[in-house]
Amino acid sequence: MAEVKTVKVTIDNITVEVPQGTSILQAARMIGGDVVPPAMCYYSKLEGSGGKCRTCLVEVSKGSEADPRPMPKLVASCRTGVMDGMEVRNITSDRVKDARNGVVEFLLLNHPLDCPICDQAGECHLQDLGYEHGKEATRYEFKRRTFEKHDLGPYIQLHMTRCILCYRCVYTADQLTEKRVHGVLSRGDYAEIATYIEKSLDNNFIGNVIDVCPVGALTDKTFRFKNRVWFTKPVTAHRDCSSCCGKVTLWQRGEEVLRVTARKDQWGEVEEWICNVCRFDKKKTSDWTIEGPSHVSRHSVISQGHYEHLVQPKETFTAVHDGRHPQLLMDIHSVSEVNDKTAKTKS
Amino acid sequence: MAKKLLLEKAHVEGIRYFDVYRREGGYASVEKALKMEPAAIVEEVKKSGLRGRGGAGFPSGMKWSFLAKPEGVPRYLVCNADESEPGTFKDRYLMEFIPHLLIEGLIVSSFALGSNRTYIYIRGEYAWIVAILEQAIAEAKQNGFLGKNILGTGFDCEIYVQRGAGAYICGEETALIESLEGKRGNPRIKPPFPAVKGLWDCPTVVNNVETLAAVVPIINMGGEEYAKIGVGRSTGTKLISACGNINKPGVYEIDMTISVEEFIYSDEYCGGIPNGKRLKACIPGGSSVPILPANLLLTTAKGETRYMNYESLADGGFTTGSMMGSGGFIVLDEDQCVVKHTLTLARFYRHESCGQCSPCREGTGWMEKILMKLENGKGEMSDIDLLWDIQRKIEGNTICPLGDAAAWPVAAAIRHFRDEFEWHVNNPEVCTTQNYGLAHYADPIHVPA
Repeated sequence: MAEVKTVKVTIDNITVEVPQGTSILQAARMIGGDVVPPAMCYYSKLEGSGGKCRTCLVEVSKGSEADPRPMPKLVASCRTGVMDGMEVRNITSDRVKDARNGVVEFLLLNHPLDCPICDQAGECHLQDLGYEHGKEATRYEFKRRTFEKHDLGPYIQLHMTRCILCYRCVYTADQLTEKRVHGVLSRGDYAEIATYIEKSLDNNFIGNVIDVCPVGALTDKTFRFKNRVWFTKPVTAHRDCSSCCGKVTLWQRGEEVLRVTARKDQWGEVEEWICNVCRFDKKKTSDWTIEGPSHVSRHSVISQGHYEHLVQPKETFTAVHDGRHPQLLMDIHSVSEVNDKTAKTKS
Repeated sequence: MAKKLLLEKAHVEGIRYFDVYRREGGYASVEKALKMEPAAIVEEVKKSGLRGRGGAGFPSGMKWSFLAKPEGVPRYLVCNADESEPGTFKDRYLMEFIPHLLIEGLIVSSFALGSNRTYIYIRGEYAWIVAILEQAIAEAKQNGFLGKNILGTGFDCEIYVQRGAGAYICGEETALIESLEGKRGNPRIKPPFPAVKGLWDCPTVVNNVETLAAVVPIINMGGEEYAKIGVGRSTGTKLISACGNINKPGVYEIDMTISVEEFIYSDEYCGGIPNGKRLKACIPGGSSVPILPANLLLTTAKGETRYMNYESLADGGFTTGSMMGSGGFIVLDEDQCVVKHTLTLARFYRHESCGQCSPCREGTGWMEKILMKLENGKGEMSDIDLLWDIQRKIEGNTICPLGDAAAWPVAAAIRHFRDEFEWHVNNPEVCTTQNYGLAHYADPIHVPA
C-alpha cells in the first residue's frame, strides 16, 4: 500500500496530523472532546451525507500553508477537506457559536418538542444539541408545521412532524437496499420524507433507517411506547445470522428484550448494519449470546443506574484494614445495646 | 441611441427563422470561430472582460479557463435558461425573439470548451419558447451548423433543450445539474465545483443565456473591441428588464455608461414614472439584490451619480449600495408599501426554498410569517429586530447562494426603510388601509464632508 500523505491541521489551537482527504469534522473527532462540532445530518458510513443541517459550521481562519487566506464564509466541517497548515476555529469562534445557535433555533422551530411522549427521548441527537447550544425559550410564536403519521411497512413508523430532513434515511435506503423506494417529496418547509406511492419499505435491511435517524421521526413499531430508553439496559450480544453480522445491542428490562438495535460508536453511528430479522424478530434472550453490558457515555441519561464498569477491588477488606476483619459496630439484632455504654464491639 | 449588440436585429421581421437571421449576418461568428483554436476563443472572451449575466457577475473567460480537461472525459456546456428571478425576463425576450443568437453563441462556446453535447436547461413555464428553440436548432442542423462535422471542421455538436419543472432553485448551477441528471433539484455542496465535477461527474460550464449570446459579438468584433464598450470592468452591453411603476416596461439593451436617473426618466428607456408619481425605491438587479431608496439609488452615499454598471450599483457595499444582479429592474413609486413588497418577496423565497439545509428551510417561512404579521398591523417593535436577526442567521450559512438571496431583500428593506416598518407597528389600524408614502426616501442624502 502506498504511503498516505498526512497533513497538519489545527482545530481550536490543537494540532493533529491526519491523512490527506480527511474532513475537518473527522479530524476534530480524532482530537475528540469539546472541539468536535455536532453533526445532525453527516454520517460517516453513508456516502454523500452531510452539509445539510449546518450545525457543524466552523470558521477556517487560515486556509492552508500555501494559501493562508481565511475562508470568507463559515464552512460545513463535515464536507470540507483539511489542507496542510489549515487553522480551524470551532468553539473558540464567536461567529461559529452564534451561527450554531441560529441553526439550533431553526431546527427546533417546527419541531413539536414532544419529548415526553417520544420514543427517541434519551438518545435523541436533537435533544442533546438543544441542551448544549439551544436557548431556553423559543422566539417562534406561530403554529408549528405538522404532518400525518405514516406507517412505512409493518415495522417502521414515520412521524414527519419530528423530522429535521437530515436525509440520512434517504441515503441509507439508497445505499443499503437495491431499490430506491425512499425519498423526499415537496420542497421548502413542506418537504417530507416519503416512499414511492405509499409503498411499504420491506427490504431486509430497511430497519437501519431507524438507527440512523437522529430524532424520533422513524421509530421501531415493535418498541413504540414499550418503555423509556433510560429504564432499559443496553447489553452487547450477537447471534449467527445468515444475512448480517448479527452484532447487536439488546435493550433489556429485567430478562425481557424490549428492543434490538445495531451497535453504535461514540458518535452515535452504527458500527455494522443489521438485518430486519435480528432487529424485529429475535426478541428473546435465548436467541442471543450475551457478551456483557454495552458502554454508555457517562453524559447520557441512559447511563443512570447502568453499572457497566463495576470493578471488583483487588485488595481484600482485611488487607486494607491492617489485618483487622470487618466487623459490625454493633449487633443490630440487639438494638437495646445502643444505650449500653459498656457494650463492646464484637470481634 | 446606445449601441446594441444583442438586440440590434431583434425586430427584423422573421429573424426568428434561419434564412432571415443568416441574411442579416448571422452565424458569421461560427464560421470565424471554427477556424480559430479553442484556446484562442477563450482568450478572446477573457480579453473582452465579459462578466456572467446571470447575477453573480463572475468573469466568464476566467470561468471557462477553470474548466478541467482530463483525457477521455467528455466536457459539457450547459446553458442556464431557468430564469425565474422575479422581475427578470431578459432571457425570455432574447430566446423568444432572436433564438438563433443563442444557438450561435452556444455553438461557438461549445467549440471553445470542447463540448459535443450541449444542453439548454429552460424554465418549465417557458413552454412556448421550447418549441421556438427546438425549431431554431433543427434549422441550424439542416444548414450544417450543428450535428456531425460542422462546416467540415470535424467538430461535432448537438444541442438539447431540457425543460425544468418550475423550480426557482434549479437556476442555481449545481441544482440545475442535478435536475438535468433527472434527480431532485437540490444544490450540491461545493467544492467540487462544476468546472471539475459537474454534469454526470464530468467537467461542466454553466452559463446564462445572455452570457452565451454575448459571445457572438465578442467573436465578431474581437475581445478588445468589445472591451471598449462600457466602462471599467463593466464591459459590453447588458440587457435590463425593467418593470414596476414605469411608463415603458420592457427589455432594454444598455451599454452600462448611462446613469440610473437617465435609465428611469429618459424616453429612450423606462420613460419616467406614470401619473406624475415620484420614485420611492428600486431593486436594480432582480428580486434578490438589496432594495435601495430613491436617494441612494440615484446617487451613491458619497453624493456621486450612480450609473447602470456593476461597480457603480455596488458602490457602498450592502450598507448603501446594491448589485447589478441579473438586471431585473423593479421600480416602486410613492404609492407602494415596502413592507408589503418585502412580504411578497419573502413568500416567494419561502415557496421556492428547496428545503435541503435548515437555515433557509425554516428561516424563510418564519420571516414570511413575521412580515405577514407586520403587514396586517399585528406586529410589535421586537419583530423588526427579530427579522433582522433571522436574516443574519440565514445569510452565509446555507449550501447555495439562494439563502443569501432570501436574506438580502429583508435585510435591505429593514436597513433603509426601518421607519416604515415602525410606522406599521405604531399605526396598526391605519397601515392596512393607507400607505406610508414617499416619506423622506427621496430627500437629498447628507454627504459627510
